[in-house]
Amino acid sequence: MRYLDEFGDPVAAERLLADIRATATQRWSVMEVCGGQTHTIVRNGIDQLLDGQVRLVHGPGCPVCVTPLETIDRALAIAARPEVVFCSFGDMLRVPGTADDLVRIKARGGDVRVVYSPLDAVELAKRHPDREVVFLAIGFETTAPANAMAVRLAAQAGLDNFSVLVSQVLVPPAIEAIAASPGATVQGFLAAGHVCTVMGMAQYVPLVERFGMPIVVTGFEPLDVLEGIRRVVRQLEQGRAELDNAYPRAVSFAGNPAAQAAVAEVFEVCDRPWRGIGTIPSSGLRLAPAYARFDAEGRFDVGDITTEESPRCRSGEVLQGRISPLECEAFGTACTPATPLGAPMVSAEGACAAYHRFRRLDVPVTVRS
Amino acid sequence: MSGDGDGSPDVAGWTCPLPLRDHPTVVAGHGGGGRLTADLVRHLFLPAFAPVAGEADRGVGDRGDERGHDGDEGAVLARLADAAVLPAPDGRLAFTTDAYVVRPRVFPGGTLGDLAVNGTVNDLAMVGAVPRHLSAGFVLEEGLALAELDAVARAMGAAARRAGVELVAGDTKVVGAGQADGLFVTTAGVGVVPDGLDLGPHRIRPGDAVLVSGPIGRHGIAVLSVREGLEFGVEVRSDCAPLTRPVQALLAAGVDVHMLRDPTRGGVAATLNELAGASRLGVEVTERDVPVPEPVRAACGFLGLDPLEVANEGCFVAVIGRDDADRAVEVLRGDELTAEAALIGEVVQEHPGLVVGRTGIGATRVIDLPLAEQLPRIC
Repeated sequence: MRYLDEFGDPVAAERLLADIRATATQRWSVMEVCGGQTHTIVRNGIDQLLDGQVRLVHGPGCPVCVTPLETIDRALAIAARPEVVFCSFGDMLRVPGTADDLVRIKARGGDVRVVYSPLDAVELAKRHPDREVVFLAIGFETTAPANAMAVRLAAQAGLDNFSVLVSQVLVPPAIEAIAASPGATVQGFLAAGHVCTVMGMAQYVPLVERFGMPIVVTGFEPLDVLEGIRRVVRQLEQGRAELDNAYPRAVSFAGNPAAQAAVAEVFEVCDRPWRGIGTIPSSGLRLAPAYARFDAEGRFDVGDITTEESPRCRSGEVLQGRISPLECEAFGTACTPATPLGAPMVSAEGACAAYHRFRRLDVPVTVRS
Repeated sequence: MSGDGDGSPDVAGWTCPLPLRDHPTVVAGHGGGGRLTADLVRHLFLPAFAPVAGEADRGVGDRGDERGHDGDEGAVLARLADAAVLPAPDGRLAFTTDAYVVRPRVFPGGTLGDLAVNGTVNDLAMVGAVPRHLSAGFVLEEGLALAELDAVARAMGAAARRAGVELVAGDTKVVGAGQADGLFVTTAGVGVVPDGLDLGPHRIRPGDAVLVSGPIGRHGIAVLSVREGLEFGVEVRSDCAPLTRPVQALLAAGVDVHMLRDPTRGGVAATLNELAGASRLGVEVTERDVPVPEPVRAACGFLGLDPLEVANEGCFVAVIGRDDADRAVEVLRGDELTAEAALIGEVVQEHPGLVVGRTGIGATRVIDLPLAEQLPRIC
């Protein structure tokens, strides 16, 4: 139960802020890739406190936000079927598809359930052999091991009424795509600590070398994020580009080999479309041939569903760090958490939702002490 | 008569269980108004709701289920009239109602029964009323174990005695299997507000102090922990409790109280937004001053919840005239229910309708009204 208050300590935060301010001689552009870090930054006002020294660019690291609309429409088509028990993490429930969302399907009698682990969905499949239990397997490398375990357990138990709708994505190819894009302005990256807890750090070595940018593995509490920023800024000021680990209490260079092995056994790497960005080569996971029978897309024949995004939503530019959510014309007017046009306004970790939730004041407010 | 010697473990310990033993679960007939209904009232509700614990059948005694005994000196409910006839108090009446559908019905620190009494008692307490009488309506699903209904009813009786209120009227309906989720309870309550007392958003002024009466977030996390089978290493218990006593202590001490509200669904964030909206003033909160128990903070951390948005059932937010702020905290800390009361912020002229927090590391953020329930059915 430790590791919370200590990593939000205001005195230590002030020391780190002072160090960054004293070090930075220009305004550096640093991207945090993970939505959890975006949430910490905006909720705690870290970007405001570093306004003159660091431009924090919010990357495509919210799995809900980058899940393509057509995947959501496919999920909704499956969830609406009478024989299906549709299981999902809670934050997918309100994500709008083209004409519907899971909450409304549930209200019309669909059997939609929030689970905290994909293993709960496997248990449901065991308990209800007469129902088709489908789990929406989205997320980055952090959710992939548990999703792999669920499929493996279902295979071991011989379950033929369990399947997964897979939209797994991978972080390093996204960093590569952003760093290589023609208009790239980002000068350094905070890598997502929990992804590295699973996958280790080796995948980032070639990225640091190819793009000559610092990448610092960073945690999620306010002091973690500040320390990650401090180390990136220090490298930039000194003209260095290295892979560094500012989250050693959770991340080792090798990562978690058992989790990696489970992922490698059940999934294989594939090209994946990212919402708002497009298809990134080798940026996703799909079921390996030995487990392909657990693929819900094939089982329910929803592969033909294709959809178009709202033309008013600029989430692609937000997710690539080209604009701030506040620069989108629809922000706070046509697009709000209650009426989202795009996924970043829906998920708690989405950049637009974070801005809407914590930043609706036109003028920064100073709280008296 | 005790339940000793009977083979059924479900009904052991009932005050007079014999007539109920034929039906260990609720059946349609329990709502039919006949013998089964009368048995349920006489042997389950009346003993549970007795205003003095242990004086179960006082008022009906051995008179069976006859109705309406004028002049009976026992419990009002035990007269089994069509309506409770109560003395008219001095002052004004406060009147409220609430429905309770929490799932699961038993959670660390309380049950549906505790909530059904304390929730309504607290709604009355927040307008400065001394709660007096409650009614209770039960919607029972066929198949509900009578032992569970008995446990809920007993919890309600115990909570009512603790809160100093009497359950004086009730109703029971049975719906078919699948038409409800076991047991829904609605309570209504009346209380007495002294003349001259006026609490509400219209009394809030810039400069007023904002305080919470105790640690926040416990009820929502307690319910979530058992509903989802999550374990947080340390058990988080609901704060479910009647708040009349500390509120009355504040008023009795002459503290300049402007408004009170209990931050149930939507948590402290929703309550602060309501008072900012209703008063057309701003609220500023220093987040580090908000008392959040460490297990609640940890659970919220890994579930992605904001403690400010998690439900409470045993604490309140108070807006106090600036000069009385410290005295209010002192008075509240003298009561074990509010021993960790803390000042968390103030009312300001700026940004009317908005709640702004100073974050732990010194920046600011908007504290928004939660969009939807974080946790469905927590009360």
